[in-house]
Amino acid sequence: MSQLDSLDPEAIPVEDEALRSEVRAFLSEAMHQVPAHVRARSWSGYNPEFSRELGRRGWLGMTLPKAYGGGGRSAYARYVLVEEFLNFGAPVGSHWIADRQSGPLILKYGTEAQKQFYLPPICRGESYFCIGMSEPGSGSDLASVRSRAVKNDRGWVLNGQKIWTTNAQHCQYMIALVRTSGEPQDRHKGLSQVIVDLSLPGVTVRPITDLSGDSHFCEVFFDNVQLAEDALIGAEGMGWEQVTAELAFERSGPERLYSSIVLFDEWLAYVRTPAGRTPQAQRLAGKIISQLAPLRAMSISITEKLTRGESPVVEAALVKDLGTGVEQLIPALIADDLFSREKADIPLELLNTLNYVTQVAPSFSLRGGTRDILRGMIARGLGLR
Amino acid sequence: MDDLFSDAVRQLLADQCTPQVVRSIEAGASPVDLWSHLEDAGFLDALVPESLDGAGLSLRDVYPVLELCGTFAVPVPFGETLLARALVSESGARAPGGPISFGDGQIDAEGCLRCSAVRSGKVCDWVLVSHEGKCRLLPVASARVAADAFCLDATLIWPLQVWKEAMQVPVKVELRYVQAALYAAMTAGALMHVFNCTLQYANDRQQFGKPIGKFQAIQHQLSVMSEHAFAARMAAQLGLSSEGLNIDRLRVAIAKARTSEAALEVAALSHSIHGAIGFTVEFDLQLFTRRLHLWRQAAGSESYWHDVVGAALLDSASGMSLNLIRTATDMAIS
Repeated sequence: MSQLDSLDPEAIPVEDEALRSEVRAFLSEAMHQVPAHVRARSWSGYNPEFSRELGRRGWLGMTLPKAYGGGGRSAYARYVLVEEFLNFGAPVGSHWIADRQSGPLILKYGTEAQKQFYLPPICRGESYFCIGMSEPGSGSDLASVRSRAVKNDRGWVLNGQKIWTTNAQHCQYMIALVRTSGEPQDRHKGLSQVIVDLSLPGVTVRPITDLSGDSHFCEVFFDNVQLAEDALIGAEGMGWEQVTAELAFERSGPERLYSSIVLFDEWLAYVRTPAGRTPQAQRLAGKIISQLAPLRAMSISITEKLTRGESPVVEAALVKDLGTGVEQLIPALIADDLFSREKADIPLELLNTLNYVTQVAPSFSLRGGTRDILRGMIARGLGLR
Repeated sequence: MDDLFSDAVRQLLADQCTPQVVRSIEAGASPVDLWSHLEDAGFLDALVPESLDGAGLSLRDVYPVLELCGTFAVPVPFGETLLARALVSESGARAPGGPISFGDGQIDAEGCLRCSAVRSGKVCDWVLVSHEGKCRLLPVASARVAADAFCLDATLIWPLQVWKEAMQVPVKVELRYVQAALYAAMTAGALMHVFNCTLQYANDRQQFGKPIGKFQAIQHQLSVMSEHAFAARMAAQLGLSSEGLNIDRLRVAIAKARTSEAALEVAALSHSIHGAIGFTVEFDLQLFTRRLHLWRQAAGSESYWHDVVGAALLDSASGMSLNLIRTATDMAIS
């Protein structure tokens, strides 16, 4: 508990905050004609041209060293940029995972050769990564993965299957958690992470259509895929520890607060009109802000811990569980507000956005660990397990 | 500086403000002993400028102390007096000794000045009353005292003449905001205490041959409690994050709204986990959960403050809600 006691308000450093006006000017120009129901896709939106433009502007790989093409900045610099991307609903899906966690993971665990090979194109917005964790038989129970990489004279031979892999159909690489020794019942032991070039023979990627009609996640099959020896990232057998550290980056960021913010702002625009403003809507607007504001302060406080090199896994789980709860509350309460009105001329774009966010909202508390897994992690942090 | 300060207050309250003391004052015993300990320790002038012999601290420095008033269910207006002395000192004056609370005055049918639901009205000597845009410090000794819903609260009624002759206190901010900031901090302290007690109880209480905290259903309830307690604490800290004595209206509104929401959730979950024992008068939990409900109501419940925050959002010209969220959360570099 003592670690959670110290979650105090922190200030974003001036030099990082200074990035905001620049990125906001760019986004105002780039996004002003994109309709809200498209912007609501944000970090699910695939747009390589946009990613390369961000790379040209030096806004990707902010936390990676300059020697590898990165910005050489703190986690705060990325926080400011990402917060603006999400609030504008910028299509950041292509590079999202590479920028958020694959790049930092390669920097932390990679060899010098791996860093020089993978990091510069990530920073240019050209190289996209997906995360190969879940399998058909391994969802929340991640340690039971069965995909296996076996050593041979040319490196590793990979067999198995991943599923729910976000954006695999658009990525060049997957960082996969696979078994390199032992059996599934050995649990956390014998797991390693390998970088899989998805263009290799034996790799098959099949997109899965989600309930909204989008295809953002995939199943990926490995049939005797020959990986080079240097496909291994980090130490053999340390896959579990590496994945756990990676998840702290995945769970604490602004994307756990703002998944419904485009809808909220679109609704606000309607509520700000004379026809749209009601006392009920005013109260609802206040309720949402009163929940989001402390969460933002908590998320920034966790960023402070990340900049100090800590791994605030439990705090991140706490923010993600609360944050995704608010993200899911927003479409639910907005729908109730709009359809409790006797007579309303609700703009179609607002309804389309509401419809999209309502449909995808269940995924908010699935991706990056389900609600129940997170609560279990918090309970462990409280000493209950 | 503020750590040393709050550590000293924590020690003092741990010694002097035990659950037994809280119970006996609630039952009508004199608060004078407890009050003397608090007043003599010199903490009450924390916000008073050094030129008036105070400690000259700012609101953010005293946040931990105000939180402790909730952690220990302090049954006298300690936080109220600390803030009231600061308000009085802003005009260069010195507040009289003794406990001070806050009141909202209305003229009643008999032409008297009536303050209903004065928090700790039964155990204070003075009330800083706001009425028609003015604030004055009124002595409880000259008031008619009527009971209120909470045992330590009172409705106080003064002849209008007392108001007219009372010491004027020029106050820049509505007293409701000052109280809301205070009760948000006290709620945060009580939330954290209730959460810690419930966690301890879940580790101790055995059923089906093991501590109930080993059951996943209980673990998840405790996880949800911790989420609310920590989010509320962050909100309360933001509500008192100002340098000096300036109250930030938006932050206070968010602080009171979020802590009030959490009060309801955490009180319910703590009783659910404690079972029947938590429902008894002899078990300490009730000292805190009754206050969670009381402070949720004090100075406006969550919906009152949601309206205030919502108005700020809808009236702001700028499009993105992020702008207001940043206004409410960005910290100055210290």
